[in-house]
Amino acid sequence: MLRLGRGLYRHRWLLTRRTVQIVILLAFIVAIPGYGKIAEGNLASSLWFGELKLTDPFILLQTFFAGSTIALPALIGALIVGGFYAFLAGRLYCSWVCPINLITDLAYWLRKRLHIKGNMSLSRSLRYWVLALALALSFLGGTLAWEMINPITRFQRELVWFSFSGAMLLGALFLFDLLVSRRAWCGHLCPVGAFYGLLGRYGRLKVTATPTESCDTVGCSRCVTVCPEPHVLAPVVSKQAQSVTSGDCTRCGACLDECHEGTLSMKLDLVGMVTRKAGK
Amino acid sequence: MAEDKQHNIGKLEDPAKRETFRNVFKRFGVVLVGTIVGQSMILSRPSRAAEALRPPGALPDLDFDSACVRCGLCVEDCPYDILKLASWADPAPQGTPYFVAREEPCRMCKDIPCAKACPTGALDRHMTDIKKADMGVAVLVDHETCLNYKGMTCSICWRVCPIRDEAITLEPIQSEKGRLLIPTVHSDTCTGCGTCEKHCVLSEAAIRVLPRELGLGLSGRNSVGRS
Ligand code: SF4
Ligand code: SF4
Ligand code: SF4
Ligand code: SF4
Ligand code: SF4
Repeated sequence: MLRLGRGLYRHRWLLTRRTVQIVILLAFIVAIPGYGKIAEGNLASSLWFGELKLTDPFILLQTFFAGSTIALPALIGALIVGGFYAFLAGRLYCSWVCPINLITDLAYWLRKRLHIKGNMSLSRSLRYWVLALALALSFLGGTLAWEMINPITRFQRELVWFSFSGAMLLGALFLFDLLVSRRAWCGHLCPVGAFYGLLGRYGRLKVTATPTESCDTVGCSRCVTVCPEPHVLAPVVSKQAQSVTSGDCTRCGACLDECHEGTLSMKLDLVGMVTRKAGK
Repeated sequence: MAEDKQHNIGKLEDPAKRETFRNVFKRFGVVLVGTIVGQSMILSRPSRAAEALRPPGALPDLDFDSACVRCGLCVEDCPYDILKLASWADPAPQGTPYFVAREEPCRMCKDIPCAKACPTGALDRHMTDIKKADMGVAVLVDHETCLNYKGMTCSICWRVCPIRDEAITLEPIQSEKGRLLIPTVHSDTCTGCGTCEKHCVLSEAAIRVLPRELGLGLSGRNSVGRS
């Protein structure tokens, strides 16, 4: 009993975030008898509880680049979503909402279990190039270039209307992450993650360190080894920064689950917002 | 290891220079791959096949492709479940909504729930009259198999049309087979709902909904035509 409790506690962030992810995914699929579905549409644009209209700002940006005028309902929806992520943290989307994260995390977990070492190194800035390419192609082609590939909404579509070709793409993505390159998709290639990273660059929700003696003496860096974007923790571990400021941090909480010294915590840093302004 | 180094030094002495070269080639590679991917994506942009019809109130094809965010809200609000978001092998661009008349035609709902649900303007959410919809136009494509052309009175396409006598009429003509009742579509009122195509009694429909550009002629002179 105690062990179970401790186990749960040690994975508290992981479990919470998986629950959120899965609830969101199911909200689009499961119809509650007598009520219907909680959310209609998909992550491109959705209607929650029959009232709240949300739209993905990145997809809307593509329609803008493709030369379409933006309609009001979509614009409002995108502002709500964009505002939320810009205020808290952009890549919250990646670890708390995006269903592809389920696939890529599974691939990474398996990779570790199977001791797959082979790794084609990719640059983490590749995703910004993919992002630029997606927008440029939308502009040149007059259509939503990224949506020809986008595994996120594809995943949702395949759940409703399974198609072989669609499943192949998702399978390829999984295998690429598993066999070819470590955390290739979410950490290096996905332009959606890149977009949200940029959008939430000054997000207020931050992994913050309160350095303790033990953190030093143990010299553990275990947080860095579990982090999907390890470079974001480097300044904190080397005590050059108090908190993780990089937009790449997905706020997944893996570092918090791993830290046994109580050094790290997730904090809403509203003061920083004020002082940053005052400083300027 | 040492030999290896020597070998390399023989080729390009300055490690900094080597690094620069490597970077240049890397960039070049990225640009090349980007261009090829981009080029092929633009050139191969999948367009809608003739049998894939858009829900009512849709923008013209190219504008629709750029406006629709592929959310499927229209799909979910169709009470007859006729719409689908295209997957890879489907006859419309990835993720866009379409229906195939022969499978399930549009029922021309009075309140047009599909269009109302659209957040982006890809479908006109302010549309009020379903009779103004333009999903395509029905064309009697086969005069050889159409039963009415053979002198029988099938007339099913006419009978099932939700706006019978406006969109489609039976026009009598006299031929050597006797008096024929020819199903005649009036392109200015036909909405392209596809009910006629769905119910055509032949194993392959003799009347089909086509995109307007394919289904209609246009009066005026063709410069290549005979003078
Ligand atoms: S990086 Fe992309 S695929 Fe991965 S979780 Fe973020 S949005 Fe989803
Ligand atoms: S710093 Fe922590 S919360 Fe941020 S990505 Fe790394 S493990 Fe996740
Ligand atoms: S008009 Fe009615 S039947 Fe036709 S696509 Fe819209 S909701 Fe479906
Ligand atoms: S509701 Fe509008 S934006 Fe969404 S899939 Fe239908 S046409 Fe496209
Ligand atoms: S498509 Fe056929 S059934 Fe529909 S309005 Fe036109 S003629 Fe009538």
